[in-house]
Amino acid sequence: MDWKRFGFIALIITILIGTVVYVGQTRQTPLLIITSMLATTIAVATPLTLGALSGVYCERAGVVNIGIEGMMLTAAFFGWLGGIYMFQIYGLSAGISITLGVFFAIITGGLMALLHAALSITFKVDQIIGGTVINILAVGLTGFLNRQLFFGKGSVFGGTVPSSPGVLPTIHVPITELFAPLCGTSAVCLENVQAINRVFDQKPIAIAAILLVFISHYILFNTRWGLRTRAVGEHPRAADTVGINVIKMRYANVVIGGMFAGLAGAYFTIESVPSFEPLLTNGRGFISLAAMIFGNWTPIGAWAAALVFGASQALLINMQIFRDVIPPQLSFLQESYIVGLTPYILTMIILTGIIGRTTPPAADGVAYEK
Amino acid sequence: MQSEKQSISRGKKILQSILDATLVPFLAIFTAVVIGGVIIKMVGGNPFEAYMGLIEGSLGSKKALSETAIWATPYIFAGLAVALGFKGGLFNIGAEGQLAVGAVFSALIGYALPQWLGYDLPAIVHIPLAVLFGMLMGGLWAGIVGALKAYTGGHEVINTIMMNYIALNTTSFLLNGIMKDPSPTNVIARTPLIAESARIPPIFDGLRVHWGFVLALLIAFLVWWVLNKTTLGFEIRTVGLNPDAAKYAGINVKRTIILTMALSGMLAGLAGSIEVTGLNYRHELGFSIGYGYDAIAIALLGKSHPLGVVLAAFLFAAMRNGATRMQFLTQLPVDLISMLQALILLFVAADAIVRYIYRIKSRGERVVLTRGWGG
Repeated sequence: MDWKRFGFIALIITILIGTVVYVGQTRQTPLLIITSMLATTIAVATPLTLGALSGVYCERAGVVNIGIEGMMLTAAFFGWLGGIYMFQIYGLSAGISITLGVFFAIITGGLMALLHAALSITFKVDQIIGGTVINILAVGLTGFLNRQLFFGKGSVFGGTVPSSPGVLPTIHVPITELFAPLCGTSAVCLENVQAINRVFDQKPIAIAAILLVFISHYILFNTRWGLRTRAVGEHPRAADTVGINVIKMRYANVVIGGMFAGLAGAYFTIESVPSFEPLLTNGRGFISLAAMIFGNWTPIGAWAAALVFGASQALLINMQIFRDVIPPQLSFLQESYIVGLTPYILTMIILTGIIGRTTPPAADGVAYEK
Repeated sequence: MQSEKQSISRGKKILQSILDATLVPFLAIFTAVVIGGVIIKMVGGNPFEAYMGLIEGSLGSKKALSETAIWATPYIFAGLAVALGFKGGLFNIGAEGQLAVGAVFSALIGYALPQWLGYDLPAIVHIPLAVLFGMLMGGLWAGIVGALKAYTGGHEVINTIMMNYIALNTTSFLLNGIMKDPSPTNVIARTPLIAESARIPPIFDGLRVHWGFVLALLIAFLVWWVLNKTTLGFEIRTVGLNPDAAKYAGINVKRTIILTMALSGMLAGLAGSIEVTGLNYRHELGFSIGYGYDAIAIALLGKSHPLGVVLAAFLFAAMRNGATRMQFLTQLPVDLISMLQALILLFVAADAIVRYIYRIKSRGERVVLTRGWGG
C-alpha cells in the first residue's frame, strides 16, 4: 500500500465529507456534520470491510472468491431466521437470540465457503464460475425459503413475518466521560466532545470489523499460519515441496473467509435493520472485492478502500437529510439515483489502475494439481 | 466391407460425441430435480404434483406452449450473449444491465420518435429502428467494459456488475423522471406504451407468441455461423483460448476483446428490445432483474454452443412458465424454480461432481471459460 493510493483515499473521503459540510452548513456546525459523516461511514463500511477481509483470506491462499455476495446474502438470511426461531419458537430472550443469530450467520458463511472450497479446490471448477454458482444459489435459496417459511402453505409463522428480536445495541465508548472535565464550564467544548464521541459509539460488528482488520494483518504477515497461507497462494508447488499441505491450507482459509462474509451478512439483518428482503446485499459483496483489489490484497489497505465506499454511501444518506437546503448550483445532489452511482463509478475508476496498479497473489485462481 | 466398417465406426463416433455432450447436462438436470424433490418434500409439498404442474403449465396446451416460447425468446438472446462472451474468454455478468438499457432505448424510439417527427412511421421502418437502437445501446453499454478490459485490464466480471447497478440507477432515474408514463392514473416507474407501428405482430391469431421468437432462432444460427465460419469468429475463439498465441498470430487482441464484449452486449440488448417491441410494449422498472444470472446458467447448461443455448433456454422458459401452474396446484412459491435452476447450474458447472456420482469417465480437455484477475 503506497502513499499515492492512501492519498487518493484521503482525498476522495475529504471531498465527500466536504460536500456534505458545504451543503449542510446552514443547518449544523461543520464539526457535527463531519463527526456524523465519519460515524455513518464507519458503520456502513462494516460489511465492505468484512467482505474485503473475506476476499483477502481466500485469495492470499490462491482461491478467487467472487461468491462473497452470495455468502453474505445467505448468512444475512439464516442469521436473521435463526434469531427469529430462537426468539419466537424456543422463547429465548432477545439478547441471546440475536447473539445466536450472529453465530448462525457466521456458520452459514462458513458452510457456503466450504461449498466454494469443494468446488474450486477438490472438483477444480473454474473459480469464477464456482463463485457465480454460489451467488445464484444464494438468490434462489433465500428467495424460496423467505417466501415458503413466511408466506407459504402451512408455514411455521402462519403467513406473516414475525417480529424479530431486534438489532444489536450501540456500544458506548466513554470519551465524553473522560474528557468532559477538561472542558470546565464551556458548553461549546462539551458539545464538541460529545460530537467526537459519536464517531466511536459503534455497534458490535462494526467494532469487531475494525479489530479484525488489524488482527488479520498480524496473522497474515507475522505468524507461521500467515506465511504458509501466502506461500500457498504465491507458489503452491514450492509450498508443497517444503511440506505444507496446500489443499488443507486452502480449505481452511476459504472457510475462514466465508465466516468473515457471514459476519458481514449478520451486519445487514442483525446489526443494521431487523428485517430481511430478497437481494438486500445489493452488490456490496462485489464492491468489497474492488476494495480488496485496491487495497492490494492487504487487510489495512482493503479497509481504507472500504471506507471510501462507506463515505460515498454516507453522502447519499446525508443528502436525503439535507435535501431541502441543497443549493441550486448543486441541485443534482437531490437525485438519489445519481448520487447513488458514486460507489459503482468509483469501483470502476479504481479497477482501471490509474491510481496505481496492484498485483494479485501469483497463484490466485489456479487450482493446484499435484 | 472395409468402408462399411469405417462408416459404422464413424457413426458410432458421432453418436458417442453427442452422448458425451448431452449425458452430463442431462444427469445434472436429473440430479437437481431429485434434490429439488427432496427439498419440496422437506418443506411439506408433494414433489410429483409440483413437477406435474410444471410440465402441464409449460407444455400442456397450445397456449402453454406459446407462453413458453415467449419466455424462451429473451432467454435465447441473453444466453447467446453470455455464451459468445465465454467463447471470447470474457465473462459477461452484465446481461441484466445491457438488457435494461436495450429495453429503455427501444421503448424511447417506440413511443417518442413519432412525436419528435410529428408524423407516424410505417411499421416496416419503425420496428427495425426501435429494435436496432436498443441493440446498439446494449452493445455500447457492454463495449465500455470491453474497452476498460482491453486498455486498462479492469476485470470485466466486476465492471459488468457495476454497470448493472449503474443501469438500474439510471433507468430508475429516467423511468421516474422524464420517461415516466404521464397518464394521470399511473404511479409505476414505467414508460408510456409504444406506438402501434413499433409493435412486432404475433405469429398466430389468439396466441401471444410473436415474430421475435423466430428472430431469436435465426440469431442463434447467425451466432453459430459467425463463430464457426467467419474470420471474426475464429479471432474471437482464438483470443478466448489463448490471448498470447492470438497476439503472436497477428490478431488485434484489444480490438477483438472490445468487439466480443460489444457483440455480447448487443445480443443482451436485443433481449430487452424484443421484450419491449414484441410483448410488453413498454419498459417497466424491475422487469430486467434476474435475467443476467439466468443467462449465465443457460449459457453454461448449453455449453456455450448456440444450439445448446436454445435448448437450455427452452428448459428454463418451461420452468418459469410452468411455475404459475405449479403454484396454483401445490401452493409452492414460484421462487422454487430459482432454487431448482441454481441446483442445475451447480451440477452443470461442477460436472466433476456428476461424473463422480454416476462414475462417468472424463473425456477430452477441460474448457477454459474465464481467467483470474491478471488476464
